[in-house]
Amino acid sequence: MQPEAQAPDAQARGALEVAVLVSIGRHPLTGRARRADQDARGVELAMSLDKSRITLVHAGVLDEESEGALRGYLGMGFQALTLVEQPPGADVIPALASALSEAKPQLVITGERAEQGEGSGLLPYLLAERLGWPMVSGLANVEKVENGVATLLQALPRGQRRRLQVRLPAIVTVDGAASAARQSAYGPARRGEMRLAEAPAVFDEASNDWTVQAARKRPKRLKIVKAASARDRFKAAAAKAEGGGGQVLSDVTPEQGAEAIYKLLKEEAVLR
Amino acid sequence: MLETLLPILIFSALGLAVIGAWRRIRLWRQGRPSPVPILKGLAAMPRRYLVDLHHVVGRDKVMSNTHVATAGGFVLAAVLMILVHGLGLAQGVLGWALLVASAIMFVGSLFVARRRRNPPARLSKGPWMRLPKSLMAFSLSVFLITLPTVGVLPADFGSWILAVALAAVVTWGLGEMFFGMTWGGPMKHAFAGALHLAFHRRAERFGGGRSTGLKALNLDDPKVSLGVETPSDFTWNQLLGFDACVQCGRCEAVCPAFAAGQPLNPKKLIQDMVVGMTGGSDANYAGSPYPDKPVGEHHGDPHGPIVAREGKALVDAETLWSCTTCRACVEECPMMIEHVDAIVDMRRFLTLEHGNTPNKGAEVLDNLIATDNPGGFEPGSRMHWAADLNLPVMRDVKQADVLLWLGDGAFDMRNQRTLRALIKVLRGAGVDFAVLGNEERDSGDVARRLGDEATFQSLAKRNIATLSQYRFQRIVTCDPHSFHVLKNEYGELGGNYEVFHHSTYIAELYEAGRLHFAPWKGGKVTYHDPCYLGRYNGEYEAPRNVLRALGIEVAEMARSGFRSRCCGGGGGAPITDIPGKQRIPDMRMNDVKETGAELVAVGCPQCTAMLEGVVDATAEIRDIAELVADALVPESEARAQPTGEARIAIKEVAS
Repeated sequence: MQPEAQAPDAQARGALEVAVLVSIGRHPLTGRARRADQDARGVELAMSLDKSRITLVHAGVLDEESEGALRGYLGMGFQALTLVEQPPGADVIPALASALSEAKPQLVITGERAEQGEGSGLLPYLLAERLGWPMVSGLANVEKVENGVATLLQALPRGQRRRLQVRLPAIVTVDGAASAARQSAYGPARRGEMRLAEAPAVFDEASNDWTVQAARKRPKRLKIVKAASARDRFKAAAAKAEGGGGQVLSDVTPEQGAEAIYKLLKEEAVLR
Repeated sequence: MLETLLPILIFSALGLAVIGAWRRIRLWRQGRPSPVPILKGLAAMPRRYLVDLHHVVGRDKVMSNTHVATAGGFVLAAVLMILVHGLGLAQGVLGWALLVASAIMFVGSLFVARRRRNPPARLSKGPWMRLPKSLMAFSLSVFLITLPTVGVLPADFGSWILAVALAAVVTWGLGEMFFGMTWGGPMKHAFAGALHLAFHRRAERFGGGRSTGLKALNLDDPKVSLGVETPSDFTWNQLLGFDACVQCGRCEAVCPAFAAGQPLNPKKLIQDMVVGMTGGSDANYAGSPYPDKPVGEHHGDPHGPIVAREGKALVDAETLWSCTTCRACVEECPMMIEHVDAIVDMRRFLTLEHGNTPNKGAEVLDNLIATDNPGGFEPGSRMHWAADLNLPVMRDVKQADVLLWLGDGAFDMRNQRTLRALIKVLRGAGVDFAVLGNEERDSGDVARRLGDEATFQSLAKRNIATLSQYRFQRIVTCDPHSFHVLKNEYGELGGNYEVFHHSTYIAELYEAGRLHFAPWKGGKVTYHDPCYLGRYNGEYEAPRNVLRALGIEVAEMARSGFRSRCCGGGGGAPITDIPGKQRIPDMRMNDVKETGAELVAVGCPQCTAMLEGVVDATAEIRDIAELVADALVPESEARAQPTGEARIAIKEVAS
């Protein structure tokens, strides 16, 4: 899965500008701030690309806890990190959008969702919408970038992969299937520089109306497997949740597709 | 003719030696500064040499006597030769004394030659093979040229051919002994070794002391690169220490990683550091190589990297990660070289600057950072194993006689059995103890040996802060690694405690008459010395005393006490897991098998885990605490029926 050698004209045009959006992670057991697992995988993916120039971007508050976590990314071998400083409770999407439209990276990599805060996983979508860029989720790898087109490998359940091509600039998110992040070294982490970038702070009005409470562990329904063979048992154990119904539409007009989606949303009572 | 030639030869050899010495000192001074008392060190040197060094050399009586004769004879002969032949002070006894000195040296060199006839594999060959001949050339020719001086032979004895031949042999001898001493010949060990003893970075080791704790790395300046990247990043007296190596290979003979076929040989490592310091390739190395790594493919220079990110430099990273930090090499080294310090210094760079801790290293370090234990367990679950024991927790009781340090073995189901046994023993003896409970963190041992000094210091400082809140007389632990770190390595960071290994503490309790044992009914038992209890802390007797008190006669392994062979579990070696031809614990269980013992008593959770992991072992593994707990009888019972064998000592005193 190594990226193939880049075409000569791509080399001539110079390095591929990659921005990785990194967030403050939260350790699942102790809640300590750390580099977020998926974002770190995103950084690792960027570092595996041939001839890339990588910028790490974080939008948020800088305090002792978050600085330690951000330095975790610097420890992977970076001299600087772009910090778009935002007050607590700010909506970081406008800030990130302005920072990205200014820096004009060709590829933006980020994790699927944050490990704390809202963690809705909507940030890449909203950002893509605002910038008007295509967005691909759940990547396992970026195979190559040629003539402004990236060949991506998307991770699907049960180890399946789908190869996609997308015209750059684009936003992609990485899946847990991407290679694990390299060790963060203490020396470079503490030497790394935080470069402050200016961006407007837009307060997230909607969050005012929300009540936030700690997540509760919900009881999990036990899966009763009535398997006749070892193979069935293995399949049941290895299976990811899969929707049972649904239909695959191919070679349909956009109108037909839209109609089918509209119908489904009605059925599921998402639209009323 | 010789009378005119000799002073010229002697003083030109001396002059060259001085130039060589100056060059050599410049090589050492490439290292980082390290303040040592120069004059005090030089003054202490003869005693360090005659007492401390010969204490180590004296473990091999023949070699020790050989060295005394050769080196003593040489020093005496050299001084007298300068007086007699250099300055022409031949009157009286000086000439006769020179004859005696050179004769002694000649006898010594005959023994050196005998040893070199069929040298053991651990000895380096190459230039070392010519050393006995050079020694003989020096001593014999000095003897012969002194004969006419004292008047035994006429001054014009023999023809000019004989004089020329003699002059040639004298030149050879002087060349090896004076010139070679400072220009890198085998005799370099005498010059560098003497100064190394004077400026040793662990002066506390001399005069019967002990200094085994790693030295803290200064993390204050964020600009500085951490650890040792290039040979010149070592301190100057470390470089001097490497240069003192006499290539006797005693370290190689005891190194568990070398025996297991992992790519480490302490002797070669030290020689590689010398190659790095002078610049060049290891092609001239004439001893055993790192297993499966041919000589001549690595090269380095004083300011070049020791470990390359890609490709080859001076040493491969896996060589450094093979070490179990068992300290057998340091214990055995007659030149008192500190191999483990050097290895950890280089590991610090690899971990803190490269971020390249192999295999599970990165995961373990991340766990230590995030959860304060290497397994990544929920810190709040540290006391789950003791849910039914109702242990007093320091946070509630605030003070106790004994603070029981549980160690990370609290998460390990095997070690939980040991801990339960230890609690039973403490309760049986009526000890007032308490545990830190969930406030305890990993001691930082593994992080430090894996080179992550930052995580070690962070854990240590937080542990010290926790400990400072409570009042206790002493810390007792069943983990020699925690024991060593708490006792010897927290001091530099401000934590000074009286720390006991549980075997020492149980021995004390027994001697105080607070424990009573039923007689031993099991079979033959041997005892495995944990490195961090034995070599690191000199505690060989207490565990044996406890076993004796249990009525057990220990069937010692061939390698026990200060020569105990490591179980393979120290220094993060099970985490970095460098492949070899066999496993270190397998070799250790073979040692056990040779004694015919049915049971091995151990005193360390790492040793327990490593030795119990051996397939088809002939012996069971039991911690000393478990043996004691099994034999425990309540005091009332012990009084009611005084069991003969168990308390012989007490009975004899009483009657």
